[in-house]
Amino acid sequence: MLTHWRQYLAISPFFVIFGVFSFFPVFYSLYLAFQRWDGMGTMQFVGLDQFRFLWSDPVFWMSIRNTLVIWVLSTVPTLFGALVLATLLHSVRRFKSFYRIALYIPNVTSIVAVSIFFGAVFSNNFGLVNAILGMVGISPVPWLSNPWLIKLVIALLMTWMWTGYNMIIYLAGLQAIPTQIYEAAKLDGAGPVRTFFQITMPIMRPIILFTVIISTINGLQSFSEPQVLFGSNAANPNLGGPGQAGLTTLLYFYQSAFVNNDYGYGAAIVWAFFVLIMVLVVVNWRLVQRGRKS
Amino acid sequence: MTAAVTRRSRRPKGLTAHIVLVLAVLISVFPFLWTIVMATNTTQDIYKSPPKLTFGSQLLENIRHVLDTIDFFGSMLNTLVVATVTTVLVLFVDSLAAFAFAKFDFPGRKVLFAMLVGFMMLPLQLAVLPQFILMSDIGWVGTLKALVLPALANAFGIFWLRQYIQNGVPDELLDAARIDGAGFFRQYWNIVLPMIKPALSFLAIYAFVGAWNDYIWPLVVLTDPGHLTLQVALAQLHVGHTTDYSMVMAGVLMAAIPLVVVFTIFARGFIAGATEGAVQGS
Repeated sequence: MLTHWRQYLAISPFFVIFGVFSFFPVFYSLYLAFQRWDGMGTMQFVGLDQFRFLWSDPVFWMSIRNTLVIWVLSTVPTLFGALVLATLLHSVRRFKSFYRIALYIPNVTSIVAVSIFFGAVFSNNFGLVNAILGMVGISPVPWLSNPWLIKLVIALLMTWMWTGYNMIIYLAGLQAIPTQIYEAAKLDGAGPVRTFFQITMPIMRPIILFTVIISTINGLQSFSEPQVLFGSNAANPNLGGPGQAGLTTLLYFYQSAFVNNDYGYGAAIVWAFFVLIMVLVVVNWRLVQRGRKS
Repeated sequence: MTAAVTRRSRRPKGLTAHIVLVLAVLISVFPFLWTIVMATNTTQDIYKSPPKLTFGSQLLENIRHVLDTIDFFGSMLNTLVVATVTTVLVLFVDSLAAFAFAKFDFPGRKVLFAMLVGFMMLPLQLAVLPQFILMSDIGWVGTLKALVLPALANAFGIFWLRQYIQNGVPDELLDAARIDGAGFFRQYWNIVLPMIKPALSFLAIYAFVGAWNDYIWPLVVLTDPGHLTLQVALAQLHVGHTTDYSMVMAGVLMAAIPLVVVFTIFARGFIAGATEGAVQGS
């Protein structure tokens, strides 16, 4: 032990900081979920009360529904688009790095800036999208007040931000496939579509699985998009937009914990949500794995 | 003959690919162009029907408006300080730990590294509320320290640098240094650090962009409206003046410039690094 003190010293800053600022807080929030506390007075142990209330809280379930709908609406086109773009990019020779950089740029822009931008462009009365629709004779679409369109706009925003990121990952996977396999397939007379589904897809399966898991974890955590799009002042009863159609679970957590100062309930929301994410990750994992066997 | 066939079938396919890719590029850069259009016109011009689609001359006016509404340079300075300090410290903490994990066998190494990989899966939203309580207990709420410290525990960075050191730094070189009497920290400083520069520059951009764009944690912990980071200040601009989009867009534009400059300079290395990390991470 003592002969290795330098190595332990080298790794200790990470473990100390992680322990204090991440690991301990994660479990402390589990403890909080069993208390009633406004952050000022004394804590009161209430057992499973918070979770019981959660179970019968229509706003919580609505926020879960909103999150899931937004997640599906964004993940499916993101991953599909990323795979198509990666395949195309893999097939071209020129301007490769230009395309990679230009398509990756959305992912390094700030969510706040992008959300403000989408708010302006999809604005109900004056936005660019409605102005263009107006020019071809279509009456304005209430993008930011219809419950479904609100979710669609948030999903579009996330698709715009994450397609390039996933494309880069797929491209790396495609480049790792030896070209001999494709030459052999060509000799056997396989066309591009057949090659794609019988060679590319099976080899790419682990990478696709990776992106599905990452997208599940990231996509379910949408918070900033609706928070910025629909304003965030404490007196706002419509947090998450008209009809709260853009109230995601993390936004509801934020409201409960930091706007209403209901710490115990906030902790219960975020832990219940974590369990949901884990369930969905496992389900996704199983689905992609089962696809392999059939 | 085979060559002729492949060529004939390849050329149109290549062209279609380029057309689709160019369209995708247009979609991904369009928001930047349109932000400039909005920022250089008046709000009335953009909201006219049909809207004004060309650059205007109102940029300076809009910028002045931004500077009157929020403490733009103050929050930019805050963001710059937080992002720079975070980046430098993350590089140091992560590379040191990564070197120990990559090249030394010490009791508990495997368990500790497995824990670290497990930590990457922990959803940090679970920690936000207790982190806030912790920060208010030690009196750091509203300070920039509260932004830097939690960001230092970057498990991904260690994981990623360890791979790089394992493959990129030959054992023979370290053995030679050891024979010459170099200890752990000398090997780290004089051999490992210079050899992992590409990996460090990727991690630097990754950490800097992450800190620059972070929103939820600064929103929670920076309570003083006169003392914000850029992202939170921008969001406030939006809430306070929902109708004056030209002004808000001028702010968005100004806030994006430093990041766009940093990203364009390092883009190639950054994307190559992101690619490596993605494939190894899978």
